[in-house]
Amino acid sequence: MLVSEREQLRENIEQWVAQYGSDRSALIPVLQEVQRKYHHISEYVMQVVADTLNIHPVEVYGVVSFYSFIGLRPKGRFIIRLCRTISCAMQGNNRIARQLENDLGIHFGETTPDGNFTLEWANCLGMCDRGPAMLVNDRIFTQVTPESVHEILDECRKAFGAHTFQGEETCPL
Amino acid sequence: MAQQLRIATRNSGFIDPENIRDYIGVGGYEGLAKCLTEMTPEKVIEVVTISGLRGRGGGGFPTGVKWSFARRYDSDQKYIVCNADEGDPGAFMDRAVLEGDPHSVVEAMAIAGYAIGATIGTVYIRAEYPLAIQRLLKAIEDARAIGFLGKDLFGSGFDFDIELKYGAGAFVCGEETALIHSMEGKRGEPTVKPPFPAQSGYWGKPTVVNNVETFANIPAIIVKGAEWFNTIGTEKSKGTKVFALAGKIRNTGLIEVPMGTTLREVIYDIGGGIVGGKAFKAVQTGGPSGGALTYKDLDVAIDYDSLIQRGSMMGSGGMIVMDEDDCMVSIAKFFLDFTMDETCGKCTPCRIGSKRLYEILEKTTLGKATMEDMDTLKSLSNAIKDTALCGLGQTMPNPVLSTMRVFEDEYRAHVIDHKCPAGVCRSLLQFTIDYDKCVGCTMCARACPADAISGNKKEPHVIDQTKCIKCGACFEKCRFDAVLKQ
Repeated sequence: MLVSEREQLRENIEQWVAQYGSDRSALIPVLQEVQRKYHHISEYVMQVVADTLNIHPVEVYGVVSFYSFIGLRPKGRFIIRLCRTISCAMQGNNRIARQLENDLGIHFGETTPDGNFTLEWANCLGMCDRGPAMLVNDRIFTQVTPESVHEILDECRKAFGAHTFQGEETCPL
Repeated sequence: MAQQLRIATRNSGFIDPENIRDYIGVGGYEGLAKCLTEMTPEKVIEVVTISGLRGRGGGGFPTGVKWSFARRYDSDQKYIVCNADEGDPGAFMDRAVLEGDPHSVVEAMAIAGYAIGATIGTVYIRAEYPLAIQRLLKAIEDARAIGFLGKDLFGSGFDFDIELKYGAGAFVCGEETALIHSMEGKRGEPTVKPPFPAQSGYWGKPTVVNNVETFANIPAIIVKGAEWFNTIGTEKSKGTKVFALAGKIRNTGLIEVPMGTTLREVIYDIGGGIVGGKAFKAVQTGGPSGGALTYKDLDVAIDYDSLIQRGSMMGSGGMIVMDEDDCMVSIAKFFLDFTMDETCGKCTPCRIGSKRLYEILEKTTLGKATMEDMDTLKSLSNAIKDTALCGLGQTMPNPVLSTMRVFEDEYRAHVIDHKCPAGVCRSLLQFTIDYDKCVGCTMCARACPADAISGNKKEPHVIDQTKCIKCGACFEKCRFDAVLKQ
């Protein structure tokens, strides 16, 4: 990673800390911002966040490893979360799961080699009456069918134009 | 015929949730104005106490009492927290209220702030609900612009503002002490109560944590009065409850009924009965913390206490309906899978216990369990119930215990006869072909991926049990009901 990129990252973090306040309660919001922009929390990020908030990096690691929406492993630009709980299972979410795995060529918990898609399970998306439900970044899809999986993925792929990812950077680490 | 009665969801679907004027048009913020201009904080707490409103998040603690505790403690700062970290499988009432009527929650939080003397409110909302977040942000912004949040509300000198905190995908953060830790930027692990948050919560200050649905009831209680609210419901559970119907029921979605409505009315009159005319088997209330209610419980008047008596609990109000095709051992296993995934790992009974319970259930569904395993299942469940740290762990064995009590024969069938009566557990199934019904169309033989079916055209076919992988392809393909699943 270039020194200038490191500086940019540090600047971003300092800016977020200024925005959310410099006490401990800013930790999760800051990490959520980093996750949104860089798709994972690197060791360097944890060190910088710890320094700026004046806490031990281990405390930051403890938080990062606890929550499933923030994590150490780089994730894709589109994070697809399929609901795995009982009412979606009753409505056939396993067919959707198979379709997603086939279409993306990855298993759950993995990211496509091009870094575009991550496939994950989610525990209840609150769409129990209209399952199977699936969350793609911030968009929720209900009553998903194997056919509509195609359409949703196609739509994501089309969105790969530069304008969609303004303000987003590839992670420098 | 049971009637629905909408209090918490009174405006959902009737007003534009993104337009504050719509909410004001149906009497919104009247409650807040009434509190600030006509009532003392003590009077507000008194009204809420007399109304008999109990926490709708599942615990059922009297809201007014909680508020009076927080009021009693002297502190330079107090906090109001709205728990919108709904995560029970099968429950979505908080999402619906926040999406359909976010202002009612904003108004109620300001009322609660006035009552206990807090000037800061926080909504802890899960990141899985993007639309609810968007609507709530808009509501807070609009309320601020019009002067219903901010400084000197209604000229009373009372300041109140609300901020949002987002969850990061941890179910245990719905537990109030874990939620507070998460807000403080820590791992969302619960701690022992007491001290209760009302005494020492967010940053050690008195904090009232209430559920979304609880808050949504408050403005109506203030405007219409405690006596009105008191007339609805049963002796110990007042008002209404929102239930989310899901599973094998004809009308899925949200309903709101007075406390004391019977399960039969909910499932048959409002829910329209079971899909496809199948037989009702059970309903799981309270998600992974609750238990199964059966046909024997159909005439029970639903309230906090009657459900606990039957080994279930109100929970946040999710109802997952199951029919004759559902295997109760598998259902229990499903919920354990959920809690095993979501346990925070702090206390041993929950962390290890959930794993062990799951393993025994897994063994049962594979037909490898013994009767000793059933005893272990029961004693381990009771041990976890007694020793786990927080609500998540203490209630985790409920699905196991309640299904074991009500459907013991089903467990025995798995263990002794190696059969799954509902025909769900694949490894216990046996597919055979009915000699009299088979016309020899060869559909099944062509569908079989394991080449286990043999037979000449127009003659009955046979399944070779040693080759059968129990995939069920033949069962689905046969148009003559000749393939039997046992």
